[in-house]
Amino acid sequence: MVGNIIAITVQDFTYAYPNHSAVLQEINFEVRKSEMVGIIGPNGAGKSTLCKSLNGLIPHFYGGSIAGSVTVADMDTMKHSVAELSLKVGLVFQEPSNQFSGVSTKVDEEVAFGMSMMGYPREEMRPRIEEALHAVGLQGLEERSPYELSGGQQQRLAIATVLAVRPEIIVMDEPTAQLDPVGKTEVFQTMRDLNGKGYTIIVAEHEIEAMAAFADRILVLDHAEIVTQGETRKVLNEVKKLKQMGIDPPSVTELCEILRGELKIDEGKFPIELNEAISLFSRVLREHAK
Amino acid sequence: MKLIEAEDVWFSYNHEVMALKGVSLGIGKGETVALIGQNGGGKTTLAKHFNGLLKPTKGRVLVKGVETRTLPANKLAFTVGYVFQNPAHQIFSSKVRDEVSFGPHNAGLSSDEVERRTAEAIEKVGLKGYEDVHPYDLDYGKQKLLTVASIMSMNPEVYCLDEPTTGQDHKGRWMVADLIHRLNDSGATVVVITHDMRFVAEVAKRVVLIADGRILADMPTKEIFEKSEMLRSAQIKPPQITELAHSLTRYNVPASILTVTEMADALQSILRLHQR
Ligand SMILES: Nc1ncnc2c1ncn2[C@@H]1O[C@H](COP(=O)(O)OP(=O)(O)OP(=O)(O)O)[C@@H](O)[C@H]1O
Ligand SMILES: Nc1ncnc2c1ncn2[C@@H]1O[C@H](COP(=O)(O)OP(=O)(O)OP(=O)(O)O)[C@@H](O)[C@H]1O
Ligand SMILES: [Mg+2]
Ligand SMILES: [Mg+2]
Repeated sequence: MVGNIIAITVQDFTYAYPNHSAVLQEINFEVRKSEMVGIIGPNGAGKSTLCKSLNGLIPHFYGGSIAGSVTVADMDTMKHSVAELSLKVGLVFQEPSNQFSGVSTKVDEEVAFGMSMMGYPREEMRPRIEEALHAVGLQGLEERSPYELSGGQQQRLAIATVLAVRPEIIVMDEPTAQLDPVGKTEVFQTMRDLNGKGYTIIVAEHEIEAMAAFADRILVLDHAEIVTQGETRKVLNEVKKLKQMGIDPPSVTELCEILRGELKIDEGKFPIELNEAISLFSRVLREHAK
Repeated sequence: MKLIEAEDVWFSYNHEVMALKGVSLGIGKGETVALIGQNGGGKTTLAKHFNGLLKPTKGRVLVKGVETRTLPANKLAFTVGYVFQNPAHQIFSSKVRDEVSFGPHNAGLSSDEVERRTAEAIEKVGLKGYEDVHPYDLDYGKQKLLTVASIMSMNPEVYCLDEPTTGQDHKGRWMVADLIHRLNDSGATVVVITHDMRFVAEVAKRVVLIADGRILADMPTKEIFEKSEMLRSAQIKPPQITELAHSLTRYNVPASILTVTEMADALQSILRLHQR
């Protein structure tokens, strides 16, 4: 599924907000088309700043000082406007109300807003609105004001506004923070399905257990730098390192680290998902009972 | 007498949406109660009734025996503090220090006392050193901690924390958990709303499950996480470690396990037992 087409290249990228010291230092990574890449890291590590650098809000909106380059969908973010970039890259903000246009009085108008800015004809918008609202479980609330929704419903709406535009690269900044547990999994599943259709997904999250089941690769940011990047299992198996940085690994992975002596399995082979843990422990307990 | 009592509370924001549909519950002094349930279920709406931000459309809410409808909200703020789900709805100062000192200052406390409480609250949530920072220049996790501090400086008897763990990393979650334990130890009552079931398992002894404006269950934490189907109907999954325990009960793993440490202990003792 994941091909060799490069969707994002970040090269020696360093960034400081105006009058502040650098909050991203020498960042280097690549994301291929159709990949889902997770960004994890403690509070203040720079996850949101990195997300905002991928759709051009940094530098165009925030200013500040920059070194290195960010290229998304073959566009250098320094040389293309936020409007141009928005055709290819959509960002779901950490704070849902930052997503809202402020002019729509209804949920469906809000979802339409992004598309109408891009000049889509009305007929084409209707089915897309329905599809996007359905994907986030907000069907039935079309007529409601965006400001008359619960916190989790607002976050779902923020996701829908980006889904409707169908940008080929979708960057999501803690998109499931306020979602109920089943909703979290459903959003990740939706993103996974989009991967299958060629969309590229970048997602910053503290929600590691959902990430473990869906992301191809993970970047770990700490104090403005990428400290580890690699395949999801490999990164999440470094339990001690993650905990030291202030990141919770999946519970089942943490459990295996504690029981390492009894289990006789090596780091790198710890389960990261519930089902894997169930089979591992069933086997161990069955053998012991004999 | 319960500290907070909701009696058949119905609430509608406007005439179409009935956000609460006959909610009754009592919360006693010193309890830590988690409100959980699906998005839009009514958790925030209910919590806002506890400090009088919202008044029931039908039914009543009593705080220390007094009906909230008869009290102005600013009076209730001394008894019940509510921390908003969205920090942007709460924060209005341009410095961390001013945000935290606003409540006690406004309450007319002496400037020494205001200063003492402000410093103490900032210290307790781990924001020492950030006093002069603009709240919106803080990362999201720290903004949430700031909103907790600005309630702590009022020293209320009841804390309603609406999703305090949202956006928190491991350290932040532990800090909030520890804060709740300490508040509890000092006699305060805590109502906490969260979608983080691991956190619920760690801090709350009692859980109230809310869906579609109604209470589906109100029971000890250990019991509620065994009711997978009921939880599922409210879009909730038990903590991952509890789900693992449920799948291993035939090997004598207790289904009531809530934390990684409990699970590690249980497995270690089973494995050792068989070795002998
Ligand atoms: N507009 C801004 N001006 C100045 N500094 C900022 C601004 N926004 C963020 N920062 C600072 O940049 C650093 C990185 O913040 P960022 O929001 O990117 O972190 P994060 O990893 O997303 O954290 P969280 O997990 O809490 O969301 C922090 O030190 C933060 O205080
Ligand atoms: N300001 C408002 N005006 C009208 N309806 C609202 C308003 N706020 C919330 N609602 C509706 O009231 C119901 C309960 O919302 P509430 O915010 O209490 O849910 P919640 O359980 O806190 O959800 P979440 O987990 O998403 O925060 C929902 O149907 C919601 O859409
Ligand atoms: Mg962030
Ligand atoms: Mg809420």
